[in-house]
Amino acid sequence: MTRDGFAVYVHWPFCLSKCPYCDFNSHVRESRDEAGWRDALLAELDHYAALTPGRTVTSIFFGGGTPSLMAPATTHSVIERIAARWSLADGAEITLEANPNSVEAARFAGFRAAGINRVSIGVQALDDDALRFLGRGHNAGEARAAIAAAQKSFERYSFDLIYARPGQTVAGWMAELDEALSLAGDHLSLYQLTIEPGTAFHAAQARGDFVLPDDELGAALYQATQDRLEGAGMPAYEISNHARPGAESRHNLVYWRYEDYVGVGPGAHGRLTLDGGKRATRQERAPETWLTRIAERGHATAETRMVPARDAADEALLMGLRLSEGIDPARFERQTGLALDQAIDAARLERLTQAGYVVRDTRLRATAAGRRVLNSVIAELAA
Amino acid sequence: MTALDRIRNFAIIAHIDHGKSTLADRLIQACGAVEDRDMREQMLDNMDIERERGITIKAQTVRLDYKAKDGKDYVLNLMDTPGHVDFAYEVSRSLAACEGSILVVDASQGVEAQTLANVYQAIEANHEIIPVLNKIDLPAAEPERVKQQIEDVIGLDASEAVNISAKTGIGIAEVLEALVKRLPPPKGEENAPLKALLVDSWYDPYLGVVVLLRIKDGRIRKGLKIRMMAAGATHEVDRVGVFKPKNTEVASLGPGEVGFITASIKSVADCRVGDTITEEKRLAAEPLPGFKPSLPVVFCGLFPVDAAEFEKLRESLTRLHLNDASFVYEPESSAALGFGFRCGFLGLLHLEIIQERLEREFNLDLIATAPSVVYKVHLTDGTVMELYNPVDMPDPVRIDHIEEPWIKATILVPDEYLGSVLKLCEDRRGVQENLTYAGNRAMLIYKLPLNEVVFDFYDRLKSVSRGYASFDYHIDEYQEGDVVKLSILVNGDPVDALSMMVHRAKAESRGRALCVKLKELIPQQLFKIAVQAAIGGKIVARETISALRKDVTAKCYGGDITRKKKLLEKQKEGKKRMRQFGQVDIPQSAFLAALKAREE
Repeated sequence: MTRDGFAVYVHWPFCLSKCPYCDFNSHVRESRDEAGWRDALLAELDHYAALTPGRTVTSIFFGGGTPSLMAPATTHSVIERIAARWSLADGAEITLEANPNSVEAARFAGFRAAGINRVSIGVQALDDDALRFLGRGHNAGEARAAIAAAQKSFERYSFDLIYARPGQTVAGWMAELDEALSLAGDHLSLYQLTIEPGTAFHAAQARGDFVLPDDELGAALYQATQDRLEGAGMPAYEISNHARPGAESRHNLVYWRYEDYVGVGPGAHGRLTLDGGKRATRQERAPETWLTRIAERGHATAETRMVPARDAADEALLMGLRLSEGIDPARFERQTGLALDQAIDAARLERLTQAGYVVRDTRLRATAAGRRVLNSVIAELAA
Repeated sequence: MTALDRIRNFAIIAHIDHGKSTLADRLIQACGAVEDRDMREQMLDNMDIERERGITIKAQTVRLDYKAKDGKDYVLNLMDTPGHVDFAYEVSRSLAACEGSILVVDASQGVEAQTLANVYQAIEANHEIIPVLNKIDLPAAEPERVKQQIEDVIGLDASEAVNISAKTGIGIAEVLEALVKRLPPPKGEENAPLKALLVDSWYDPYLGVVVLLRIKDGRIRKGLKIRMMAAGATHEVDRVGVFKPKNTEVASLGPGEVGFITASIKSVADCRVGDTITEEKRLAAEPLPGFKPSLPVVFCGLFPVDAAEFEKLRESLTRLHLNDASFVYEPESSAALGFGFRCGFLGLLHLEIIQERLEREFNLDLIATAPSVVYKVHLTDGTVMELYNPVDMPDPVRIDHIEEPWIKATILVPDEYLGSVLKLCEDRRGVQENLTYAGNRAMLIYKLPLNEVVFDFYDRLKSVSRGYASFDYHIDEYQEGDVVKLSILVNGDPVDALSMMVHRAKAESRGRALCVKLKELIPQQLFKIAVQAAIGGKIVARETISALRKDVTAKCYGGDITRKKKLLEKQKEGKKRMRQFGQVDIPQSAFLAALKAREE
């Protein structure tokens, strides 16, 4: 069995503009004091390192916001500090989220030199109209160029696409997907467009500005995506993530396997095993408040909450069943203190198994049919 | 104490919105019973629900002091009665407490069905009736045409009808004079044993149970030991008073007078409308005529939407029952809806009122199952059972035949809608007894099975006549009917809350409609769901709800599991509100929506 991962997530909350579908903690600011932000991030890393001594960091992820707006030197400082306070595993995966515009792509070499070894590019679509609809600041040509730049600078890269957009057909999506496959490295994230409360899209949809594909078409698009990617040797290893075997995002696997991760930066979340139990950590969300707290106390943790065994079991199920590999019962028990078969209702499991939604052999897995309706499957198991 | 010849007791009869409450307000004002600054609209309707709906549920009285043109002082007792058919018996008792009535008819709308039913009751009670044409100031008023209609339809002499506008006060003085001149004074024997008619009773938070009564013979005073002749209970009077309209204590009440008493009575259930109150030491030889125990005719289940509110519902019913003993309730449990109560009411409006009062005054969120009538099930062994709940329907092989209650309905409708109203009545198995025309309106007398009426008949009538038809009814008789129990099954399990008694000819279409409705209402699940309708053991309709196609969150918000966990908690919370049928969880809300949905 692989050694448990230990990941560090670094949140950079700034964007050039806010995308209408995005409900992440992102903010548009005229200017910022980059050195001040760097120092604050380093201080928060020191704080968490003191809480989790002796661990080996297996992955780092710069997310946002738009972390590719950071100066490469800032990412370098962060990586250095992580390596100094913990130890950094050999070949640790260090990913940066990037926007596919020419300015940021021009800095890829600098990021590579700073220690980043993987980029995840927010391409979202390879169609100019769709990109305009999604409120993105780039066009399809810039996206292709950014992918090419990533190919040159990084040994590993991935990009995101959003599908099930208004008016999209299966045939149209397949053509776009084929082009994506021709540009892809070893990893692709393919998300169905989801309207989140509080976003600009939420209001627009309520106004009737656009209509999303219905469940029938949504299901057809999803299925076609699975089939095409499997055929291309990049099966889904998670609901929306595809990779050539071995090229899975190690950082994201830490989340889905419910292993420990530190979250620093505004609004970052973490899950840490401290004093033998899972703790959920949450940092101050508003960038200015976060900075102030760091100055006051050296960290901006808004909450450290013990996760009771029952809740930890729910969380492990929620995350683990997203993976095609499913849940390892031994790891589940180690993480939650509950035996997997005690944590779930036997009769319900039996019914779900009969219906072909889950498999319980040496592991507990959702089948392809089960992953398609995973929210209901989990609600059934966890109830 | 007032001499008999200075007392006039009267009721006001009117169709809803024809101005009964406004007229009462004006009469109260004209007699100076209320200072102008204390005046508000619908003085006599105390409950919010009465004010909002413009209806009277509880009888009220007000004693007015009036100096007539002849220079003498009179006491006018205005009896405000409920006008709705559900309370027909209560109305008849209120009328029995008076010698005359004012018949209020809207001068532009004319006679309506509800007016008719009540005016016939007043005629039956030997009332002197004073026709009054209201809203005379409106441009659409046609007093001559309406007078003619009163003569044609009701058969009352309307030549001396008083033209008024209760809103502006036109004609109010004439109404007061007419009361004095045209109504007979009450009769009664001061020295005879006490004989008083119990008109109504209610629970007052300050006074306890208040009994509204009309003295026929004798005298009632504080300290007197009284006996309720039908209930058989004795009480000692601790307060005697009249409403002016504020309650005002008086030393005693004598023949012809109307007022109230309190007597440390625990529950209104001990005070039956129509009962005769006499004195313990000097019993009246016989009670006043016409007492009938009130019997519920419409039944339904009431369930709290939140199962945790069952105890609160029980408490609320108990408390409401203190104030209205005419509904009945007993615990009932349902696989689909959980724990609740089977309740019986005097009619559909009564049902609505009780449900609304429970929700409003006790802050409950309730769901009612389809209203059902009381069937007489004749079993093959010769016994007869009264069926209040379709769930209790015996095995069909044990049934010889079933009788269902019928009503006699009076419907007044403008000519242009007559066709659609006739069709509606025929669709509801109606039997036409009479059809007459009065001007441009038709008056229909139909016999209808009550079960067809409790199922949205009134809503349909309003809709096919664009609101112009008026409708009233009284319970007629039981007749044999081909009634069957329609059951709804989800994955083979019967949903008790949705089962209903239906005429055989309609069972299949009703069942199919319910299945289609449920298919819309039950959200797709992980498993396929069969929804079936059955009569006896035979499936007559089926719909299939296919399994969920897609339900997965695309993105998992970086490391923010808390957010997904919240979604899961919501789902779990939802599951608690679900009911299991054949291994499938169906949200209670689907059943609620099915019960609320009116088909056709």
